[in-house]
Amino acid sequence: MHRSIVRWTLALMASCLASTAHAQLSIEITGAGGTRVPVAIVPFAGEAALPPGLSTIVRADLERSGLFRGLEVPPLIPHPTESSNIDYAEWRSRLADALVLGSVLARTDGRFEARFRLFDVVKQNAVGGVAYIMNREQVRATAHRIADYVYEKLTGERGVFSTRIAYVVKRGERYELQIADADGAGEETALASFEPIISPTWSPDGRRLAYVSFENKKPVVYVHSLLDGKRHVLANFKGSNSAPAWAPDSSRLAVSLSREGGSQLYLIAPDGSGVRRLTTSAAIDTEPVFSPDGETIYFTSDRGGSPQIYRMPANGGEAQRITFEGSYNVSPRISPDGTRLAYISRQGGRFQVALIDLTTRQVQILTDSDRDESPSFSPNGRMILLATVIGGRGVLSAVSADGRVKQRLTLSAGDVREPAWGPFIQ
Amino acid sequence: MRAIWTAILATAITGCASTATDEQKPAGVEDRAPVVGAGAPGAGAKPIAQTPIAGVDLTAAKPGAMSPLKDPANVLSKRSVYFDFDKSDIKDEFKPIIEAHARYLRDNGDAKMLIQGNTDERGSREYNVALGQRRADAVRRVLMLLGARDGQIEAVSLGEEKPRAQGSTEEAYAENRRGDMLYRGEY
Repeated sequence: MHRSIVRWTLALMASCLASTAHAQLSIEITGAGGTRVPVAIVPFAGEAALPPGLSTIVRADLERSGLFRGLEVPPLIPHPTESSNIDYAEWRSRLADALVLGSVLARTDGRFEARFRLFDVVKQNAVGGVAYIMNREQVRATAHRIADYVYEKLTGERGVFSTRIAYVVKRGERYELQIADADGAGEETALASFEPIISPTWSPDGRRLAYVSFENKKPVVYVHSLLDGKRHVLANFKGSNSAPAWAPDSSRLAVSLSREGGSQLYLIAPDGSGVRRLTTSAAIDTEPVFSPDGETIYFTSDRGGSPQIYRMPANGGEAQRITFEGSYNVSPRISPDGTRLAYISRQGGRFQVALIDLTTRQVQILTDSDRDESPSFSPNGRMILLATVIGGRGVLSAVSADGRVKQRLTLSAGDVREPAWGPFIQ
Repeated sequence: MRAIWTAILATAITGCASTATDEQKPAGVEDRAPVVGAGAPGAGAKPIAQTPIAGVDLTAAKPGAMSPLKDPANVLSKRSVYFDFDKSDIKDEFKPIIEAHARYLRDNGDAKMLIQGNTDERGSREYNVALGQRRADAVRRVLMLLGARDGQIEAVSLGEEKPRAQGSTEEAYAENRRGDMLYRGEY
């Protein structure tokens, strides 16, 4: 109830400001992996009562990953469900490697029960299935859960279809920090402002965002609770306060402060207490990010004459340079398993997403755009979300960590920037 | 004056790596507003009863008079210092402007200034916040060496977020690589 009121208010605000109809991000796959697993996702029996239908969303999710191809399924009589007997030979002849069957039943309490089962057509066995109870508003969330299940069973890694992304939209003089599902749907505005908002960063539990807002005519770091909309100042010292990064255990954040002259790294508790200086250089030290084990901080510094990526112990100590190729390597983001580092590298005037293997130190350029910014790993490490500029407008795009799958997320109006992929939903 | 600039340059080159005292702050917010009543005598003390006199000064608002900060003929009306790409050193042509503002701050102890550093749109937003800060700090350092006091100036960065010139041209980039000196009431 409360939620629907919030949605209404937001919808009203949006319609007042943007004359264009819908501002949802739409995703276009611009490059796909070599071989995509063919999956038949048969429309769930009874799903027509809840448009657009679970199977449609599940199929779109799986296809967007670039790893799967949804097969067209003609109307089947009788309509198969998760408990039907499977004629594997027939599905094999339709060239399906995997098959998803399901049904939606209306319950007496007004809610619905969605059941599904995943079949391995090649091995001719049932892989497993789940039943979910949902209300009308939870159709998309349920479909994303089903897609996550199918994805994990077929690839061996966790799916990210139930996760959310944060990003900033600029429309005219207005800046909005928005949260949407990973497929761009269901966007909600967490903060609207007439001054810039940058560097949103998810807390490890996905309940809070830290970000930098210029609402006081200077950069100030805030922590914002997404559940109740309450926000508090994390760092508002003399000078600039910027570049927040959460420690994996949420006990503290790293920030860049200029309160003692120059931009230097500090640690600070989530309530803004216990400020401790971490670096002491005459150079710029900024863009800190914790390694997944919390032991190391990667950051950008120009202490060697040009901006490069360094790492240092999270409690202070000697810094070690990581990037050497090129004269401008910034915005480090560590992969969830801690083995690779994505960053922005300037190559001949183009700013592109690069990935360095921290063991072999091999560098790979992943994108062919030229104004890339703010890379962000999906929580399973497979995709990297980024901001870029196409046709003079800010858009989000995503590239797989192997560089093969590419997606573009476009908004009907306005500039989109500063994406941050949220953690797994617990 | 040349000797002063040589000294400033030397200071700028050697940098200002401050030896940090890691004092703990109880709250994350530094109250930068003056504390009313701080240092006042004991709470029990009674003030001397005296009717304050509301003075009227007709000379201050003389018709046609202009604040030197706004007078286009006065160097103090110039507020912007421009920088080269990826640079934060102050070019000769902007030194007279900074000298004039340093004198003004020195002679007007109540004056407060906010220096906003800016960058062009290329590169990382966060790195540009740091680069804009370095430009603002460079202006602040010179003002202080020429007599302004620490409490009068705050140097901050807007990074690439508030471009004065729109567009992705060299002209727009040059306009946006800038530090602005703003007095209280102007920001």
